Amino acid sequence: MLVRADPGSLTLTFEGRTIAAREGDSVASALLAAGVRSTRLTPRSGTPRGPYCMMGACFECLAVVDGAPNVQTCLTPVRDGMQVERQAGPRGVEDAA
Amino acid sequence: MTTHPDLLIVGGGPAGVSAAVEATARGLSVLLLDENPASGGRIWQALEARGASDQDDEAALALLQQFRACGAQARFRATVWAIEPDGQVFWSAGGTAHASTPARILLATGTTERPMPIPGWTLPGVMTVGAAQIALKTGGLVPHGATWIAGQGPLLLLYAVQALRAGGDIAGIIDLSNPAKNWPALRHLPAALPAAADLAKGIMWRRAVAKAGVPWLRADAIRAEGDTALERIVLTAHGQQREEHADTLLLHDGVIPSVQLTRALGCAHAWSEAQRCWHPVADAWGTTSIPHIHVAGDGAGIAGAWAATLSGRLAALGVAHALGRIDTATRDAAAAPLRARRQRHLAMRPLLDTLYAARAPHLADDTMVCRCEEVTAGDIRQAVRFGCLGMNQLKAYTRCGMGPCQGRTCATIAAEVIAEARGLPVPDIEPLRTRFPIKPLRLAELVDFAEE
Repeated sequence: MLVRADPGSLTLTFEGRTIAAREGDSVASALLAAGVRSTRLTPRSGTPRGPYCMMGACFECLAVVDGAPNVQTCLTPVRDGMQVERQAGPRGVEDAA
Repeated sequence: MTTHPDLLIVGGGPAGVSAAVEATARGLSVLLLDENPASGGRIWQALEARGASDQDDEAALALLQQFRACGAQARFRATVWAIEPDGQVFWSAGGTAHASTPARILLATGTTERPMPIPGWTLPGVMTVGAAQIALKTGGLVPHGATWIAGQGPLLLLYAVQALRAGGDIAGIIDLSNPAKNWPALRHLPAALPAAADLAKGIMWRRAVAKAGVPWLRADAIRAEGDTALERIVLTAHGQQREEHADTLLLHDGVIPSVQLTRALGCAHAWSEAQRCWHPVADAWGTTSIPHIHVAGDGAGIAGAWAATLSGRLAALGVAHALGRIDTATRDAAAAPLRARRQRHLAMRPLLDTLYAARAPHLADDTMVCRCEEVTAGDIRQAVRFGCLGMNQLKAYTRCGMGPCQGRTCATIAAEVIAEARGLPVPDIEPLRTRFPIKPLRLAELVDFAEE
């Protein structure tokens, strides 16, 4: 696991569960620090995937952040109160609004 | 925001910030765009927040300070998604699209890690060493418990040392380099002596890892296993299998240039046999086959951070000259000492490139190649049997390379699989045609832009 002694004083939620984060964290970093390894299910087979490159290249860490789908969590800074949901499979066109 | 800078630089790593410092010193107006929250690229990521821990860091911090003071405009969290043939650059920041029309463009987009496909590499818990290093640098995350590192290259050792120093522990390091390369590599040792300091660093890292009691295992192959996430790794060495509990596996097989922008622009590329990758063709000033597009740093060919700072400055001199701001004598006089220093930094490359030479991957049929569209090596071989010749046909056959990452991860490996199946060298396989926009953007961004 990837761990740290100081979890930080910000909080976000992942699938409703409260997670601590540090100022300056990416969402993906905060999730990994909280032991969350999977952020999405693939559109084709529905298998779980999680952060892989942490630098915006692989698009494995996509999640729904504050209602917006397809967010690259490794490039997105955390904000206090942020709500993150696992992105499940293909998204419908209606989500685009 | 200057919409007509003399020079627009994409990427704020060692090459980009150095180019900005040199270009502004020569009187050019500069706009630098970078996707990250701050300058420094990957190697110096969050360095200003972390502070220096050695002499290299101190030199890097001094350069980042120079960049802050140089007068270049910089936009961070800004993603370049298209560059038109006429040189118009489209980018987004904070959900808003912008256009800039610079006189010249310098692409300093650095590298990505060479994909290292193994069975099970898509399981959550399997990441790259670079990814863990970013988590360490930006969030203070350290490995603990059943964390394994596997692959080859200097970053394996560097990350291990950084992680141990930060209080982490590592279950073991699995060396997948080709031991047959040790002897051929030795003949490059004399040429590497100008970079003796770097050699010494490598030896020091190896000692620190051994002293910390981290097991060092040599293996021929590795696979990751688990149901919905990584649970164990299986190593093969000398025909024997060994199973170990694992919750995190960090893979690394060196780095290759990020050619997304130069490919989409249609710049000419050349195949590097030594580094087993494509790189944009550029002259001594970083000018590509498209005269207003320049490249610098590792994105133009892997040479390391300090060589990148120098190629960034050389490209800036080239641009200043091309725009008539300095005469030929001034340019050449300023360039000579930079070239000499760069040469010293390159001294290590033949040794490293031989010691850690990337090998042709011989993938099992069920190993995933395109992670986005879930296309396996077997699917690609099937397509070749049906007549698929190259990467662009492969898209039509399998959707390989058509997911959100746009081939960033799979294009390198898929070309290897096609080459193997067709019995041809990799450079004979038509590479993936990259298209703009090179990063997904929201329709709303385009609509707002059109209404501006």
